[in-house]
Amino acid sequence: MRFPLKNLSRGLKAKLPKLKVEKRPYPSLRTKILWPVLSILIALGIGAILIAAAGVNPLTGYYHLFHGALGDAHAISETLWRFTPLLLTGTAVALAFRCKFWNIGVEGQMLTGATVATFFGVSFIGTSSWLLIPLVIISGFLAGALWAVIPAILKAKFKVDEVVTTLLGNWIILYFVAYLVEGPWRNPTSLWPESPAIAGSAVFPRLVPLYRVHIGFIIAIFFAILFFIILRKTVWGFQIKATGANPRAASFMGIKVTRVLITVAILSGGIAGIAGVSELCGTHFHMKGLGFFGGTGELSWGYGYAGIFIAMLGGLNAIGVPVAAFFMAVMIQGSRAMYRATGVPSPFYYAMQGTILVCLLLGIFLTYYRIRKVKG
Amino acid sequence: MVRRSPVVIKMVGITKKFPGVIANNKINFDVRKGEIHALLGENGAGKTTLMNILYGLYRPDAGEIYIRGKKVTIRSPNDAIGHKVGMIHQHFTLVPPFTVTQNIILGLKFPKGVLKVGLAEKRVTELSEKYGLKVEPRAQVWQLSVGEQQRVEILKALYRGAEILILDEPTSVLTPGEVRDMFKTLRSLAKAGTSTVFISHKLDEVMEISDKVTVLRDGKFVATKKTSTTNKRELARLMVKREVIFRLKKPKAKLGKPALETKKVSALSDRKLLALKEISLSVREGEILGVAGVAGNGQRELAEVIAGIRKATGGKVIVKGKDMTNRSPSEIVEAGVGRIPEDRIDMGLIMDLSVKENLVMETLRDFSDHAVLFFPKGVFLNHSAIDKYADKLISEFKVITPSRDAPSKTLSGGNLQRLILARVLTRNPKILVASEPTRGLDVGATEYIRRKLLEQKKRGAAILLISEDLEEILTLSDRIAVMYEGRIMGIVPARKAKIEKIGLMMAGTPLNKIGR
Amino acid sequence: MEILTYAFFITFLAMTFRMATPVLLGTLGEAFAERSGVLNLGIEGTMLMGASTGFIVTYFIGDLWLGIFAAAFIGMAMGLLMAFLSVTLGAQQHVAGLGITFLGTGLSFFLYRLFVAPAGGVPPTIVPFRPIEIPGLSGIPVLGPTIFTQPALVYLALILVPIVGFIFYRTTLGLNLTAVGQNPKAADTAGINVFRTRYLCLLIAGALAGIAGAWFSMAQSSQFLPGMTMGRGWVCVALVIFANWSPYRILGGALLFGGIDALQTTFAALGVAFPYRILQMFPYIFTIVILVAVARRATYPAALLQPYRREG
Ligand SMILES: Nc1ncnc2c1ncn2[C@@H]1O[C@H](COP(=O)(O)OP(=O)(O)O)[C@@H](O)[C@H]1O
Ligand SMILES: [Mg+2]
Repeated sequence: MRFPLKNLSRGLKAKLPKLKVEKRPYPSLRTKILWPVLSILIALGIGAILIAAAGVNPLTGYYHLFHGALGDAHAISETLWRFTPLLLTGTAVALAFRCKFWNIGVEGQMLTGATVATFFGVSFIGTSSWLLIPLVIISGFLAGALWAVIPAILKAKFKVDEVVTTLLGNWIILYFVAYLVEGPWRNPTSLWPESPAIAGSAVFPRLVPLYRVHIGFIIAIFFAILFFIILRKTVWGFQIKATGANPRAASFMGIKVTRVLITVAILSGGIAGIAGVSELCGTHFHMKGLGFFGGTGELSWGYGYAGIFIAMLGGLNAIGVPVAAFFMAVMIQGSRAMYRATGVPSPFYYAMQGTILVCLLLGIFLTYYRIRKVKG
Repeated sequence: MVRRSPVVIKMVGITKKFPGVIANNKINFDVRKGEIHALLGENGAGKTTLMNILYGLYRPDAGEIYIRGKKVTIRSPNDAIGHKVGMIHQHFTLVPPFTVTQNIILGLKFPKGVLKVGLAEKRVTELSEKYGLKVEPRAQVWQLSVGEQQRVEILKALYRGAEILILDEPTSVLTPGEVRDMFKTLRSLAKAGTSTVFISHKLDEVMEISDKVTVLRDGKFVATKKTSTTNKRELARLMVKREVIFRLKKPKAKLGKPALETKKVSALSDRKLLALKEISLSVREGEILGVAGVAGNGQRELAEVIAGIRKATGGKVIVKGKDMTNRSPSEIVEAGVGRIPEDRIDMGLIMDLSVKENLVMETLRDFSDHAVLFFPKGVFLNHSAIDKYADKLISEFKVITPSRDAPSKTLSGGNLQRLILARVLTRNPKILVASEPTRGLDVGATEYIRRKLLEQKKRGAAILLISEDLEEILTLSDRIAVMYEGRIMGIVPARKAKIEKIGLMMAGTPLNKIGR
Repeated sequence: MEILTYAFFITFLAMTFRMATPVLLGTLGEAFAERSGVLNLGIEGTMLMGASTGFIVTYFIGDLWLGIFAAAFIGMAMGLLMAFLSVTLGAQQHVAGLGITFLGTGLSFFLYRLFVAPAGGVPPTIVPFRPIEIPGLSGIPVLGPTIFTQPALVYLALILVPIVGFIFYRTTLGLNLTAVGQNPKAADTAGINVFRTRYLCLLIAGALAGIAGAWFSMAQSSQFLPGMTMGRGWVCVALVIFANWSPYRILGGALLFGGIDALQTTFAALGVAFPYRILQMFPYIFTIVILVAVARRATYPAALLQPYRREG
């Protein structure tokens, strides 16, 4: 077997003989912030190429993007309205990834939460808000937790890789929801496959009349703070970090890693479930079927997947995740505004998620390694 | 006759820096054809680094290498192999699920890239017969003993036509009998014209096998001597700066009750094979019981069963009279067992966590003993207590670290071990299980750790010391147990222990079958 | 029961092979990546890039094979990026792979919108691959109309199985890449270039994933839809474990999966009344079930997930 790469890499070597990669064991805080920020700027630069490819001046494009997301009170409200589920899913993913439970099933856990909440929301019409809202939240939490804990148990008991099981779980629940809203739960008065509306008393009240931000926002902030406290202040948070960094050593030192894994899955899935409830009771009011984008629900809009992006962009860290969630909300809200104003296809933000992540990985590398020219 | 033969390797002014250490500082080193050249120096002297440079694994920061008179640049092992240099590393570089032959032909070129396994097997058999390196070409490597694996490594080099053979501390994994066989092989190779670099820190071996000795100390070249014109005392003086080799004196301690006992303990290995076969031991307070043996004879499993991270399939582990078989690690720590694991980096510490976090890891309960708001004890961490505790231990055990918040991975090997010692010893454990406590550490760190162990014994701790390093076992223990294939071959008091006897037991002869 | 007719059986069997084809291609590629020690979670995104690129090229140039080449090429580009992130930079493989999947998923959609179909209109179509009857063999009963009357990509995937088997078990490349995935240090000291080997494996994995993706937009249907691979990339990641990284068992796993997947299409084609949304869940449930069945016995490549770096 001849390696076609041989000549290529030889050629490269001949041109770049004098670079040396050195580890920076102790990057300064400045370096730690500088490179990720730079890499996002680089990604926005690549984004500019995409905008230009659509025949639009990138500056005009970005102007509409940021103006559409942050330009006035209405835009900001819309951005915060999107920020709500994104903060929840981002937190859910970050918590799980912290102990290296690769939960990429947040999308499905959202739908599971919303489905169970729909059941209660539709069945208990006439119940007081004081009862019904806690009921949908708790049931949504439990449903999401259940959908996440199954892969965790399979991982603990049978060593089944959770990356695959959590992801395939998304598809299972997605089709199950489609079955429900196209069949037994179908709202006969609607053109689209969707469930009947939930009770008015299950609807999340808005924070400011006429703006779409609702109490889900408060709930999301609550969980973000909870995540912060868990990681910084609690024994459990310590155990999560230790388990994530090295499960073998953690268990040697007396941490019950299986218990940590299962409890993390419960909270992570639960938060994801609440994200689904929040979308149901704050945004859609009906359970909806398949989204246009394969693998996403019309109710979840791919926010579960975006949560993965947010968690990674936020460095799995309790301060970074809210910032990243807000950034993502701006990108989504702004992409739509940019599309309306200039015609740049709105999947722009989908493409940007991947671009930013890839650039970020480069940025992380440059945070911990220094490339130096060496003489001779 | 050796003196007349041509120089095959000449390393001039080799310098190699690692963060914080100069591993090689302007080293000169020559090897002639057909000579067995010992590279002598204490742990951390820079022997492995120098040879890794010759083998293309590291790039020197300065210096030149000549092979057979020609100046060469060695960028990768492939280049070294091209110059007919072969290296057998201290930690073998074999692929466990591959067969012996597959391992030997790994990386070789075949016409059109299609393997000819049958042909290769025949050549392996021929070679192994020629040099008396007995192996089964079709056996899978993970099933072989350490000695057999080493033979595979040597065959691998010979198969590639190596004329210059580098052996990095080859005897440390062998029984005394296997060492004798290997020396025989080395001599016959030398006779056939192969040059050998024999890395060691053991004076006896160097005197026995080598034609010439080069001594390194702290990364610097000290001297090259003809073996026949030097002696052990001179080499020892060259190897360590101090005129007299420091000798630890075993302190006397009052023997107490048996604190740690295993009764017919059996357990499986990771591969689900029986690794411990009814091990019965008893360690008393104020006593060090050393467990000697070639690596891979069940020592790791024994330590892990006691530590609570491996299930015993039979038998009992008794701690201070209480049955603690198959209890969780935290229960075992609570019962007063301190554990110093063999694998510092992967088991004893979590390298991504900070120094202080590693220090409190085993005792989180002690640092969460206050209720906060309506939360009970055990939920929130007391960070100020943790900080105070960490600072105290760092200064008490002289851990060199930028700060208590630095990630552990920024520490050097010796400091990592101090970190573990600090965590474990500060609780004054009644029982201590120490596996390979000084492996890979430099002289200073080794001495510090051995002293600490002896201090613990004096305090009245019962210590189970597991080590591949026979010298360490002899220096520290009161009694010596020898393990072979998951069994105890015999237990002898250290005062009366004869190396030959221990060697026989390490090779599988039970004590009761050894004549007086 | 009329569904147990000959017609049903033939439709079902033919469909099984078709459904198996993309996962077979993708899983063979994943086997290359993982045997060399890199978990390639970018496969789903790479497939989507293949689907979109293959479709776009075919749509504008009108040549199906050119589309397949473009899909393989873009797949290799994604593989190269994955290799750069995980091998050269040593990024966590899970994270790098997810990044690639995000990139492929989003970019495929964006490019499609940009070049072919702005939102709102009727999506354009191409003339997809048609079944080819193999002369002589297509007349055989049962086998003829099933195995020997298939689009070219089916044959390509089937032929690749023994080829990959030969590479893995009989060539130096196969020995080298397996060693790199088991013990990169050993491979390095034996003179194998670990980095180059992993790059090569990821390029192959990318090319196969790209072609697998093109299957969806160029053979299974005649148009591109965002996310149309429907998690098949993830199924590949599961199947490669199920198959213990062996190409022959991958074929078995892919056919099993294809069979379950074919049930829904066959039922629909024959007008059997069974909620098809429930049927659509089956392949995913099935994948999890087989994974649970084998997971405990799976022997992962020992160096999977570990970036390799020389110390000096
Ligand atoms: N890869 C490495 N990175 C950092 N330091 C190293 C590395 N390899 C060796 N060293 C350091 O270099 C010195 C010499 O090590 P080594 O050559 O292994 O010594 P020896 O083989 O003589 O025991 C030691 O202080 C050791 O800690
Ligand atoms: Mg050494």
